[in-house]
Amino acid sequence: MVRRTVGAYVLMLLGVLCLTTLIVLAAGAPPFAAFYHLFEGSLGSWTKFAQVLTRWIPLTLCSCGLVLSFRIGLWNIGVEGQVVAGAISATAILRMSAEAGFPGISLVLVFLGGMLGGGVWAIIAGLLKTKGGVNEIFGGLGLNFVAQGITLWLIFGPWRRPGVASMSGTEIFPSSLWLPTIASLRLSPIGLVLTVVALIAVAWILTRTRLGLAFKGIGNSPKAAYIHGLKPGRYMLYAMGMAGACAGLAGTFQVTGVYHRLIPSISSNYGYLALLVVMLANYNVSWIPVIALFFVCLSVGSIQLPMMLQLDSSLSGIVQGALVLGILFLHAWRKRTQERNS
Amino acid sequence: MEDLHLAILLGSIVAGAAPILLATLGETIAEKGGVINLSLDGSILLSAMVAFAVSYQSQSLCLGFLAGAAAGGLVALIVGFFSIYLGQSQVAVGFVLTLTARDLAYFFGNPYSRLYGPQAGPLPIPMLHEIPFLGPILFQHTMPVYGSILLIGLCWWYLYRTPMGLRLRAVGENPQASYARGTNTRRVQLLSTLIGGLLVGLAGATFSLCTKPGWGRPQGAEGTGWICLAIVIFGGWHPVKAAFGAYLFAFLQVMGIHFQGWWPSIPAQVFQVAPFPLMIFTLVLMYAAQLERESMVKKRPPWLQRLLNMLGGNAPAALGKAFIPE
Repeated sequence: MVRRTVGAYVLMLLGVLCLTTLIVLAAGAPPFAAFYHLFEGSLGSWTKFAQVLTRWIPLTLCSCGLVLSFRIGLWNIGVEGQVVAGAISATAILRMSAEAGFPGISLVLVFLGGMLGGGVWAIIAGLLKTKGGVNEIFGGLGLNFVAQGITLWLIFGPWRRPGVASMSGTEIFPSSLWLPTIASLRLSPIGLVLTVVALIAVAWILTRTRLGLAFKGIGNSPKAAYIHGLKPGRYMLYAMGMAGACAGLAGTFQVTGVYHRLIPSISSNYGYLALLVVMLANYNVSWIPVIALFFVCLSVGSIQLPMMLQLDSSLSGIVQGALVLGILFLHAWRKRTQERNS
Repeated sequence: MEDLHLAILLGSIVAGAAPILLATLGETIAEKGGVINLSLDGSILLSAMVAFAVSYQSQSLCLGFLAGAAAGGLVALIVGFFSIYLGQSQVAVGFVLTLTARDLAYFFGNPYSRLYGPQAGPLPIPMLHEIPFLGPILFQHTMPVYGSILLIGLCWWYLYRTPMGLRLRAVGENPQASYARGTNTRRVQLLSTLIGGLLVGLAGATFSLCTKPGWGRPQGAEGTGWICLAIVIFGGWHPVKAAFGAYLFAFLQVMGIHFQGWWPSIPAQVFQVAPFPLMIFTLVLMYAAQLERESMVKKRPPWLQRLLNMLGGNAPAALGKAFIPE
């Protein structure tokens, strides 16, 4: 049985590889060159790998949070907006501390503020779900666009750069407010540590605490959980708040560790990509770091494609999507064979 | 003069609403049969790209629209297959396809970026377009716009006045009972998803061949799919009410441009996101209306009650739940 399962996964991966080859061929480009550039562009040197890790941090943070909200049965599509909300509140605190002039203590405050911002944004979606009867998908999506609108308003309005407001974002913070990085690689050790801590914390919550058990119970059957005395609405807000805090952390990292300012596309699509990561990981924490790393390699590697092969960089997205569809197909197939055997 | 301005404004709303209307009607049909096709945002883009590429290569608008519809139908069939035959979550598959279809569109559309291709020109209907006020509003449009208006009635007729429509609604409400009565629920659901997808594809084609001619990254249709999904709920899963929602949204879009003229200090992007909080607000209002109906307590003033009743509308009972007949 195990061998068959592994075989099925290998077959699925081969299928996706063939499909990608066909797609590249259809676009009139040499497939092996495309694969080479994907690989070389992400793992070709230590600098490139550091770039991969810098993107791995926010993607993994978002995915961590999503595992919590998925476990309780919520489709938290609003991660994107929660990342933005975290980035906005982090920027607000950074601006204040830049004016007040004490950079040292503020980084801790900035991270707390970012988590709070993301958490609040997620809880709004949660409240809309539990009290307002708005499906979390629509509430979350709506809030994504609202967060985007607020960012643009801030960049073009109150926080505009002295002189000219532009899509390139707010003014860059003084470097004393940047997250410290390893000089030669521009990689932030604090970011890495935070991500690992978040991974462990989420795994611990889900497997070792009553809270995790409650999430699972409600996710499996809200009615049964209610009869057992758990209040699904309240736990949903907890799960959303924690998921939002993780996303807010990712947003804070984007502001302090990557761009050093607020830009219109601060969330860089990590929220939507994280949903794919978690689906491919079959909602398990343990697979998330690996899959997130693979996804990020694809995304970073594909940046070279337009220049080298005149292909659009969205090839990485096609591979990622095809993988998730393949996994969904596999799950269905396995379920069917299990039912047939029993 | 004042009349003419208003007529032109209303005319531009009717024209701008066409793609939203097509996608909304398509999604309404799919959801009436119980299948949520969440991939709208991606499939609109994919079909817009396919329609533009095909009509650019063949220099034929007609082929472009057909190809666009086929692309939308294909994505819908994948959603349908995964849900109806494999029992996977419609939301999950739909979401993956949203992103994948969008990426496919950008990938294959790359060589067609910023090219000047064929586009549907206005086709005033003889005689009728000379009617003073109504002419500019209704009868000086392009082919897809006329089509979108006709489809409102057609969808309503299909869903509520034909045996096929009745079967479709029955499957969406209670697939078990329909199955017991001898309906081939799988076929009905796949068909409703397909019809919905074809209309969504036409919506995409209307974008790239008519409303926002051409292709590029971004095309300009990004985000529309999500709005259409919300309008389906706003319209209470009824094609005529959904059409009203689509026109209301187009009105907001057009007014956004005017508002910007009145308050130039607020950037345009803020007005572009304005429909989304409004959408959330209406959904909350609809929920309140539903609670009100259920509690049967009438404390509100009668006009508000009437408004809330009008807003209400129940989702097909089996919406989003896969039914695998044994």
